[in-house]
Amino acid sequence: MGWFLLPFDNLLCIVLGISFTVGFSSLLVIVVPAVLGVSIGIRRLYMKSLLKVFEWATVRMERGAKEKNQHLYKPYSNGIIAKELSSLEQEIQELRASGTTLSSEPEFEMADIMYFCRRGVESIVDDEVTKRFSAQELESWNLLTRSNFNARHISLRLSVLWGLGLFIRYSFLLPLRVTLAASGIGLLVVLTTIVGFIPSGWLRTYLSEKIHLMSYRICVRSLTAIITYHNSENKPKNGGICVANHTTPIDVIILANDGCYSMVGQIHGGLIGVVQRAMVKSSPHIWFERSEVKDRHLVAERLSNHVADKTKHPILIFPEGTCINNTSVMMFKKGSFEIGCTVYPVAIKYDPRFGDAFWNSSKFGMVNYLLRMMSSWAIVCSVWYLPPMSREEGEDAVQFANRVKAAIATQGGLVDLLWDGGLKRGKVKNTFKEEQQKLYSKVLVGDQEDQGEDRPQEDEEELEEEDQIEDRPLEDYTPRPLEDCSLRLQEEEEERGSETPMKDQ
Amino acid sequence: MGSRASTLLREEEIEEIKKETGFSHSQITRLYSRFTSLDKGENGTLSREDFQRIPELAINPLGDRIINAFFPEGEDQVNFRGFMRTLAHFRPIEDNEKNKDPIASEPLNSRSNKLLFAFRLYDLDRDDKISRDELLQVLRMMVGVNISDEQLGSIADRTIQEADQNGDNSISFNEFIKVLEKVDVEQKMSIRFLH
Repeated sequence: MGWFLLPFDNLLCIVLGISFTVGFSSLLVIVVPAVLGVSIGIRRLYMKSLLKVFEWATVRMERGAKEKNQHLYKPYSNGIIAKELSSLEQEIQELRASGTTLSSEPEFEMADIMYFCRRGVESIVDDEVTKRFSAQELESWNLLTRSNFNARHISLRLSVLWGLGLFIRYSFLLPLRVTLAASGIGLLVVLTTIVGFIPSGWLRTYLSEKIHLMSYRICVRSLTAIITYHNSENKPKNGGICVANHTTPIDVIILANDGCYSMVGQIHGGLIGVVQRAMVKSSPHIWFERSEVKDRHLVAERLSNHVADKTKHPILIFPEGTCINNTSVMMFKKGSFEIGCTVYPVAIKYDPRFGDAFWNSSKFGMVNYLLRMMSSWAIVCSVWYLPPMSREEGEDAVQFANRVKAAIATQGGLVDLLWDGGLKRGKVKNTFKEEQQKLYSKVLVGDQEDQGEDRPQEDEEELEEEDQIEDRPLEDYTPRPLEDCSLRLQEEEEERGSETPMKDQ
Repeated sequence: MGSRASTLLREEEIEEIKKETGFSHSQITRLYSRFTSLDKGENGTLSREDFQRIPELAINPLGDRIINAFFPEGEDQVNFRGFMRTLAHFRPIEDNEKNKDPIASEPLNSRSNKLLFAFRLYDLDRDDKISRDELLQVLRMMVGVNISDEQLGSIADRTIQEADQNGDNSISFNEFIKVLEKVDVEQKMSIRFLH
C-alpha cells in the first residue's frame, strides 16, 4: 500500500522544501533591512515593473474594445454633470428676469420651484458627500478583479496574466505578508513589554523608539508599502500635535514608520487591546476607557498635559474622525485645535493604481480589509510634512481647523469640503434645511424678517462647523477606525440574528 | 467581486434606455454606476431612504417632493429604468431633436414634459389640479417657519388669482403652462450631462 505513495511523498517533500527555502530567504531579505533601517530598493523596482504591466493591460483592453466596436467604461473623473455655482438669490432673480412685474409685495413665482427641483436632481446625480465614502474608481485596470469594470473586453492573454497575478498574490505574497505582519506585531508586543521593566530614563526612551520604529518598518514591508516622504525638515517635534487626513487605519503605520508618535484612542479588548497595553508600557500613549471618551474636558486635559511635557512625543490625531476615500478632506473636528499648541499638518495621498487603501467600514470588517490590503499589489503613497501652524490672534478653533484643512487639501491635491465625515453614518440635521428655507423667505419678503442674529455669511454653501449630524455623541478624538471596528462587529452580530447576510462572490 | 457597472447592465438594456431617454451610452453606464452606489441594499432598486441619505438632497426644502417624483403611484421601490426615465426629463433640449419624426411620441425632455414635472411637484394628490391647499403646503415647505400664515395665504391667493382662468379656484396644467410661458424652462429645468 505504501509503495506507490513514495514518489508522491518525495515530490511533496521537494515542493515543501523549495517553498520553505524561498519563504525563509524572502523573509530574511525583508526583515534584516527592516531591523537595520535600510532599504535595498526592491519595492521600487517592483512598483516600476507593475506600472509597465498595467499600461500594457490597458492598451490591450482598449484594443479589444475597439475591435468589438464597443465602449470602454471610463469612470467619471471629470464628473457626470457640470454644475452651476450660483447662489439661491441669483438663480431666483434670473427666473424672475424672464419678464415679470416689479412690485414691493412679497414676490412669489410658480417658477421658483424649478430652482429647488434642479438643485435636488443635480444632487441625486452627483453630490459631494456620498461619493467620498466608497472606493475611488480607476482609469486603467490594475489586474485586480475588485477594480475591474470592463470584464467583457479581456482577451485570453490578459486573462492569463490576470491568473498569474492572482496566483502570485494569493499563494506567494499573501502568506509572506501575513507572516511578516504577525512577526512585526509579535516583536512589538514582546519587546515593548520587556523594555517596560527598565526604569524611566534615557536608555528606556532610546530603546523604546528603536523598537517602535523597527516594528513599524516590518509592518510596512508586510504591506509592501512604498512611501515617499517629502519635506522631512517639517517633521513633527515634541510638544506638538500632528494632524493628518484619514483614509485607513494603515495611516498610523505609515506615519509611525518615519518618526515616533503618541497615539490617541479608545482602549479595546481582544488583540488590539493587548497591543495597546504593551505599547503603553514603554512609551506614553494616550488610551481612554470607553466611558471617558465622551468626556470632552477630560480628554482635553490629558492631551494638554501630554503636550506640555516636552520629553513626550508629538500626538497623532486624525481630526476627520472617520475614513474618507482619499479624494477629499472633510470637516476637521475642532477639539484638537483648541489645545493651543503647535500643529504639524501632514498630507497623505495614496496612489490608487496599486491597491485601494480606503477602508469602507460599512462594507468590510477589519479582517476582510486587511486581507484585501495584503492581497493587493502594493500600497503606494506620498506623505508631505507641512510647515507647523499655530492659532493666530483673533482666530477661533474652527477657523484654525479650516485653515489647516485647506493647507492639507492643497498639498495633497484633495477637494476641501465643509461637510462632516460622520455623514457616512448619520443623517444631516434639520437646521440646514431651515437655513435654506430662511434664505428663500428672504427673497420672497425681503430683509424685513431679519432677526437680531448675527449671520456673517449668508452664502448657502456655508455650513455650521459643529455637529452637522443628528444625535451624534462627541467623539472628537478617537481615531474612528478603532471605533468602526467594534461597531462593525456589533452590526455583524445583529445582522446574523435578523436576516441572512448576502453572500458576495 | 468583479460585478460592477457595465458588467451588470446588458447591451440590449442600454440600447433600450438610449432609445427611450436619449442619453448616450457612456452617460448611461455612468448613471448606472451612480445608481448602484446609491443602492445600499444591493437589490437593484432604490428606496426613499436611499435618496434621503444624500445630504445635499436632505437639506433641500423640496427634497421629499423631488424624491416622490421618482416613485410611480403607490410604489416604494424604483429600478434603474424608472430612475433613468425620471432623469431624462432633465436632459437639455437639443436642436436636432426638434426635427424628429412627428409621429414618434414626445421626448421625455420636451418643454411640455419638463413643465409637467414641475406641475407634479405642486400637485400633491395627483389629481391634475393645484388647489389652494396644495399650493399652501408646498409654499410652507419652501419657506419653513419664516413667513406667517396670513402672508403665505395672501401669496397663495394672489398666485391663484393671477393664474386661474376658468374660475375653479385651482390651477390646471394648461393654466400652469400659460403662467410660465415667458420662463426659460428649457434652461432652468436642464442639467448639463457630460459625455
